[in-house]
Amino acid sequence: MKILVPVKRVVDYNVKVRVKADGSGVETANVKMSMNPFDEIAVEEAVRLKEKGVAEEVVVVSMGVSQCQETIRTALAMGGDRGILVETDDELEPLAVAKMLKGLAEKESPDMVILGKQAIDDDANQTGQMFAALMGWGQGTFASEVDIQDGSIQVTREIDGGAETVKLKLPAVVTTDLRLNEPRYAKLPNIMKAKKKQLDTLSPADLGVDTTPRLKTVKVAEPPKRQGGIKVADVAELVDKLKNEAKVI
Amino acid sequence: MKSIHFAEEHEQLRTQVARFIDKEVRPAAPAWEEEGMVPREVLQSMGEMGLLGIRYPDAFGGSNAGPLSTVVFAEECGKSGFGGFSATVLVHTDMASPHLVHAGNREQLDRYLGPIIRGEQITAVAITEPDAGSDVAGLRTRARREGDSYVLNGSKMFITNGVHADVYFVAARTNPEAKGASGISMFIVEKDAPGFNVGRQLQKTGWLCSDTAELVFDECRIPAENLLGEENKGFYSVMQNFQNERLVLAAMALGECERGLEVTWDYVRGRKAFGGVLSDKQGIRQRLAMLEARVNAAQQFLYHVGWLMEEDIECTKDVSMLKALCGELVNEVMYTCQQFHGGMGYIQESEIERMVRDARIHSIGGGATEVMLEEVAKRSLQ
Repeated sequence: MKILVPVKRVVDYNVKVRVKADGSGVETANVKMSMNPFDEIAVEEAVRLKEKGVAEEVVVVSMGVSQCQETIRTALAMGGDRGILVETDDELEPLAVAKMLKGLAEKESPDMVILGKQAIDDDANQTGQMFAALMGWGQGTFASEVDIQDGSIQVTREIDGGAETVKLKLPAVVTTDLRLNEPRYAKLPNIMKAKKKQLDTLSPADLGVDTTPRLKTVKVAEPPKRQGGIKVADVAELVDKLKNEAKVI
Repeated sequence: MKSIHFAEEHEQLRTQVARFIDKEVRPAAPAWEEEGMVPREVLQSMGEMGLLGIRYPDAFGGSNAGPLSTVVFAEECGKSGFGGFSATVLVHTDMASPHLVHAGNREQLDRYLGPIIRGEQITAVAITEPDAGSDVAGLRTRARREGDSYVLNGSKMFITNGVHADVYFVAARTNPEAKGASGISMFIVEKDAPGFNVGRQLQKTGWLCSDTAELVFDECRIPAENLLGEENKGFYSVMQNFQNERLVLAAMALGECERGLEVTWDYVRGRKAFGGVLSDKQGIRQRLAMLEARVNAAQQFLYHVGWLMEEDIECTKDVSMLKALCGELVNEVMYTCQQFHGGMGYIQESEIERMVRDARIHSIGGGATEVMLEEVAKRSLQ
């Protein structure tokens, strides 16, 4: 089978994000960027399926600025076979990404698309679901276990109450949760080899997608600074304050 | 992108090493400091990642990369904040094993290089003696040929990885008549060679998770085929690797500078004083800002020298300058960072306290500042 893995370039998880001075967004100039950790888990799962002989080809795709090539190369160094970048400087919303993924899926005809359940920058948690809906495919979101059987996938999903198991007909969409696996380190010899792997570039127009944002960002602000605490004399005062000041009980 | 010289693969290498250090080194290394060594499994994991054969031929599991990759690797090791960890690894990769790769014959490479790159065999280099350090020509350890063997006598001092290494590259005098630099040869000595002993484990100011030893060779007999390179020509191969050693130590020092400044910026931002925080004080923030400027400038110099080596351009003067500069700079940075940590900086649970101790060796080891500056001055006066 063929697996398509979409990956997103995001501000590195170790970076303390700062709001731009004009409140228009988050500062990304001179900030370390890396692959969305949930997508890393998706790459790992796809590569493991290939190593097990279940998958024949792992195609890694990303959308955005030309530097997204670095993110794709990292996935190729982990074991992906080739990459596709849909290059654009536009800000991309989940729906636009899902539409472009649809265009790519129609070109590539994968049996499975596996991606992170959300990206750690905007935490939207929408792309996988929107893409599944556009394709009319089954979806197994928040996967903590993926088991491929003849023509179907069994996905164990993390839900509020515990775990749920669903069975999907192929082709299907899987979004990954943290417990699915622990991604490997890219080995240096593989980083060197990944330089030579095929990486094609397309434009949103090649896929017939208009990426114009549907939403307008009004303002981005830092969360309010935490206030210092106070000491209360006794339980009665505590209960009183919780009831009347904090209004939480 | 930190420099015009870096390509995508350098950035990827940086990311992978940083991630490894974040997950596998920083949380575990305080225990290694207590134990006085880096566990061999950690080095093997690094071997699996291809980090112990960055520059070595791919036929042996290496990656055929260049000096700039080594620079990235050493900087990120430095950023771990555990000088002893960096020393253990970088002595193996860049100070000891290069002797094998530069001078070793096919049989020697076949026998040792694979396990070295996989981290199954850890290496040390034994040149320094109680009475001879940077002055390699003053070596007294002797090796005499006896049939199919060489027999070594003498002692070596301050040998990093000396207690726990598996393979040692040892410099000894093979021609006692020859004066100075000629008449020195390099040998491969395995840890269980008869007559080879670890005299004692040395207790250091810093680098606590790195094992350092005095080695004793008492009629130590090794097979004649363990001669590394040509007899009596060992001095030149030692000299050849000194350039790389200095580059790597400078990179490690600058990695430490970056980490030291990072933890100190963090500390002064949170530490309350006189109705505000320390970072409100211009005296403090400006001194840190200037140190950061100097570290950034030194980094660009480092990358430039890395590039000179990548292009095989003669750069003894540049690399000596760089080593002198960074060995001193890291000490200035740590002194000030500790100062701005106040009392906390003197307490062992603070990261900066360890980093201050670990930094001290940088102006001494791998060519003391004074020796480096002579290399520069000689060439300036030519």
